[in-house]
Amino acid sequence: MSTTKDQTVLDQEEAELARQWTGRIRRLLVDALPPDKLLPDRQPSYLSSWIYIFGALTIGGLALVILTGTVLALEGPQWWHVSSIGLFVNSMHLWSVEFFFFFMVIHLWGKFFMAAWRGNRQLTWMTGVVTFFFSIGAGFTGYVSQTNFDSQWIATQAKDGINATGAGAFVNALNFGQMLMWHIVLLPAAVVALTGLHILMVRHKGIVTPIEVNGTEVPHQGTQSESDPS
Amino acid sequence: MTLSFLAALINLDKPGVFLHWGVIQISLANVIVIGLMVAVFLLAIFIPFDRKSRRR
Ligand code: HEM
Repeated sequence: MSTTKDQTVLDQEEAELARQWTGRIRRLLVDALPPDKLLPDRQPSYLSSWIYIFGALTIGGLALVILTGTVLALEGPQWWHVSSIGLFVNSMHLWSVEFFFFFMVIHLWGKFFMAAWRGNRQLTWMTGVVTFFFSIGAGFTGYVSQTNFDSQWIATQAKDGINATGAGAFVNALNFGQMLMWHIVLLPAAVVALTGLHILMVRHKGIVTPIEVNGTEVPHQGTQSESDPS
Repeated sequence: MTLSFLAALINLDKPGVFLHWGVIQISLANVIVIGLMVAVFLLAIFIPFDRKSRRR
């Protein structure tokens, strides 16, 4: 007994460790998202509908947008305006955006009509809403970053619109440097971060149960395996 | 040009077509995209999701 530490000393050390901020944050995160909830093997049977695919399709669209945008940034405007590969990658960037928004809107409609904010999922819904608006901003700043007659025309038209809202003091569509940096730094970072938060919220809450046809509310279970009726 | 069949199916090198309906004004391209989104939305809801291949 004399060589090993006294039990009360050990308890004290334990209690001290438990108070540290690293441990507190770790426990908070692991409780909110244990590994099998973060990357589950099974999902409830009511997910077997194509409408649940559109969130993942939107991620796919976003991934292609970032990938093609990265290539455009590496090579620069002369390349994307003139060379055939550049024109191709530029087109891929545009069409990936088209698909990104296409899938996001169908995803949004699906979640709207199944009232997927039920059961304390308001943060999932709201991160989606904010991502949607930031994506529109990313699209707009992209249009004015093309460095062609189109982008000049859009920028001069948009600056009148933005001035009419009073936001002109903060956003100047004619300030090319500002528009380009919003488009390739700030807005992509925001969209990717918000998407990450959105998906972590989906994992944290589990997919919402369907609306009962006969009017009685389906109870909201905490975990996905519990709410799996099959 | 022999590769002209690779060009866009619709000639895009001209002013866009706009539809007017009272105060509503929208390009034909946007109407087509919205129509396609509604169509895909309905297909996603009504086409059954194959469960046979996913044993469970
Ligand atoms: C960058 C855009 C977005 C991405 C990548 C994305 C991705 C996802 C994914 C992968 C899921 C889970 C699978 C599914 O149900 O489809 C999901 C669920 C959800 N999404 Fe999105 N989403 C985006 C935008 C939005 C928008 C604009 C809204 C609505 C305003 C929204 C609302 C929701 C809701 C409420 C859920 C939760 C459903 C539940 O818990 O049952 N999302 N999202």
